[in-house]
Amino acid sequence: MFEDKGRKLCIICSKGTLDMAYPGLVLANAALMEGIDVILFFTFWGLDMINKKKMNKLKFVPVANPSMPIPNMIGGLPGMTSMATAVMKKEIEKLDFPPVDEFLEMISDAGGKMYACKMSMDMFADFHMMSEDDMFERIDAVVGATDFMEMSEGAQIIFI
Amino acid sequence: MSEREIAGKTVRFAEDGFMADPAEWDKGVAEALASEIGIAPLTEQHWKVIEFCRSDFAAQGDAPTLRRIMKVGGVPTKELYKLFPKGPAKKVAYVAGLKKPSGCI
Repeated sequence: MFEDKGRKLCIICSKGTLDMAYPGLVLANAALMEGIDVILFFTFWGLDMINKKKMNKLKFVPVANPSMPIPNMIGGLPGMTSMATAVMKKEIEKLDFPPVDEFLEMISDAGGKMYACKMSMDMFADFHMMSEDDMFERIDAVVGATDFMEMSEGAQIIFI
Repeated sequence: MSEREIAGKTVRFAEDGFMADPAEWDKGVAEALASEIGIAPLTEQHWKVIEFCRSDFAAQGDAPTLRRIMKVGGVPTKELYKLFPKGPAKKVAYVAGLKKPSGCI
């Protein structure tokens, strides 16, 4: 029941909205709890998840989402994003899931490895959106796509 | 449901391999189950976690999540993974004679 199957999971986090940040975090943590090796790779908008200035302020946007029970016109009104975000955050807390920074700490403490995408970091630096100083301390390294290919050898890959 | 002889006792196990009745558990059973999954000997820190899980289960009816063991039991995540490597929540529940944890975190 508890034998080590040598399983390895790579999760690519490419989105910076609250609703798309949590699936990667939940899966990474669940995998570690099952004894599976985990690598998280943060690329493009996913960098917001590891940007100290933004990570705990991710937003849930209620437009362009057909699953939302409100029309786009209403969802686009001023204040709706903040309201929807507040509701979702409250729910996340109710289910006892931690805020993003604490979640990443847990994953890192559990032995998960975390990397930031070099190309995205360079691009974000050019647009003054994020510098290495803004990066969460628990990130293991900034690596390129080819490095990612090396480290993900033999792993199952999930792109979010 | 199956039965096994553990530490001189007949212990019943559910289909998922976890103990069927926490009342059939004692410290001898815990030692035997722990060594079965490669955790031996059980140290004082192991017992602290096991005892917290037993009492939390008695109060809540469910094996605690790792986050609960950390927040309420006061055992840091890092230490939990060190004490019960590769799958702490399930391993603690197994050794503590509790049912399989159902939490996602």
